[in-house]
Amino acid sequence: MDFLNALVALSNFVLVPAIAYGSQLALGALGVTLIYGILRFSNFAHGDTMAFGTMVVILFTWWFQSMGITLGPLPTALLALPFGILACMALLLVTDRLVYRFYREQKAKPVILVIVSMGVMFILNGVVRFVLGPDDQRFADGERFIITAREFKQMTGLREGLALKSTQGITVVVAIIAVALLFWFLNRTRTGKSMRAYSDNEDLALLSGINPERVVAYTWLIVAALATVAGTLYGLDKSYKPFVYFQLLLPIFASAIVGGLGSPVGAIAGGFVIAFSEVTITYAWKKVLTYLAPEGLEPSGLVQLLSTDYKFAVSFVILLIVLLFRPTGLFRGKSV
Amino acid sequence: MSGGEYDDRGNKDLTITNPAGQGELGAHPGTGQAMDTASAFLIGDSMTGGYGKGPDILHDCTIAVNPGEIAVIVGPNGAGKSTAMKAVFGMLDLRQGSVRLDGEDITDLSPQDRVVKGMGFVPQTSNIFTSMTVEENLEMGAFIRRDDFSDTMAQVYDLFPILKEKRRQPAGELSGGQRQQVAVGRALMTQPKVLMLDEPTAGVSPIVMDELFDRIIEVSRTGIPILMVEQNARQALAIADRGYVLVQGRNAYTGTGKQLLADPEVRQSFLGG
Repeated sequence: MDFLNALVALSNFVLVPAIAYGSQLALGALGVTLIYGILRFSNFAHGDTMAFGTMVVILFTWWFQSMGITLGPLPTALLALPFGILACMALLLVTDRLVYRFYREQKAKPVILVIVSMGVMFILNGVVRFVLGPDDQRFADGERFIITAREFKQMTGLREGLALKSTQGITVVVAIIAVALLFWFLNRTRTGKSMRAYSDNEDLALLSGINPERVVAYTWLIVAALATVAGTLYGLDKSYKPFVYFQLLLPIFASAIVGGLGSPVGAIAGGFVIAFSEVTITYAWKKVLTYLAPEGLEPSGLVQLLSTDYKFAVSFVILLIVLLFRPTGLFRGKSV
Repeated sequence: MSGGEYDDRGNKDLTITNPAGQGELGAHPGTGQAMDTASAFLIGDSMTGGYGKGPDILHDCTIAVNPGEIAVIVGPNGAGKSTAMKAVFGMLDLRQGSVRLDGEDITDLSPQDRVVKGMGFVPQTSNIFTSMTVEENLEMGAFIRRDDFSDTMAQVYDLFPILKEKRRQPAGELSGGQRQQVAVGRALMTQPKVLMLDEPTAGVSPIVMDELFDRIIEVSRTGIPILMVEQNARQALAIADRGYVLVQGRNAYTGTGKQLLADPEVRQSFLGG
């Protein structure tokens, strides 16, 4: 029995990665849930919006690197992030003007907008691959670790090490800042409140003199910022590959639905629920259990419930369970 | 006398009749129904129209509110009461007639523009932002105002003290009567020149209904003209300066509330004797 080592191993392999992944999912799910709440459809192009924003960040990062501009220990990508956000905002506003607004004016049913967003998804997919190619791109630089496993062992004298990647630290810090800003905006500012009002009751918002086009434009701007931040953090933490961002759509949608579509708090909670489930179910528990189990009862197998190849199945199963037993999600969003 | 081709035959004999210079104009004044719309502040004048390209629901229907008065639209189910209200607010396709606010023709304005012009409208259903607090509901009501609206909010709280108590609570958690107060309060936040209420007492208990009527009278005492659709015809006509009974989209009876309450025909057909 060795609780301390078990705890450190658990943190190193489960808690820390899950918190980082959960933050990225939460940011992605916030974007989906905002679109769902205000434009009233599930935006299938969200994953590729993230890919596009990240692509611009990567291009700027490479440009800065080639000019020798860096942020020292921090990744240069943070410097390029605002440019990526601006480009993504421009992209979404142009898409809205060219595509979505037409259907809004027709008062098209939401399901038509869903299909339209799939079209946008395919086009963005192509654009990103056309510019950057389908391959893996690495753009992380600066310090790799806040604490390496070896330093941690030397510091504490424990057998297990706790590595904290700088990208994980940055992910959590940036996510907290982004979420705090978003909630402040939605709950405290006049524009934010008008967005919530429009999401709650479109007719009454119109009667109160709220301009829907303005609300929609603000939504796209916020979604662009969230998507680019989420995509860049994910790309820094793992690696950048357009197809992976397309695949991220599933856990992101699962997060938004588990939390309750249209509910920002729910999106964050859902992100962490999905991330923790995914990591705990695909983690080989042998090491942690070896520390915890009494002498002689250590597990001989890996104690891995599911191979990591099947991690998307976890999102699917959670989605199914939630839709069967609590269709409004954890935080009473709109029923699906 | 009236005999087709033989008509006018004897009249041609000018030895016995003299048609030259005979007068043809006759005086036929009035419709027999006084509308009293001369001093109306808000008037939907002889409106005919329906939803979209559908059949006409309103037929030559006139609704007017005088300054400082309460006008009530009553009538049987499906008479077009709410439709008349919507027509005045620009949510119906009018094919004829006009809507005028304070003498200005607003027939072609969108509902949002009418709000800017000073019309406050409380729809019958989903008339509050359920997920937002009472205070935020009022703030959203004042969205078009760029000036400081805290004194208006204080007035609304004076009028509906219960809202001040519950101002941090989500409006969706309130009772039916309190929700209606939020809805009216929200509409008052723009400081409207005229207030339109679509069945403000629908679905609330009789006690709450009495209280709501009292509040509406209080709002009216502040000088805001009120146009209101009501199911509870008797109570509504009792507080009305002017009542309109609609039947099948037409003005059936018009008069002061007292007149209508006293009118035997109106009593018989709509007030249950």
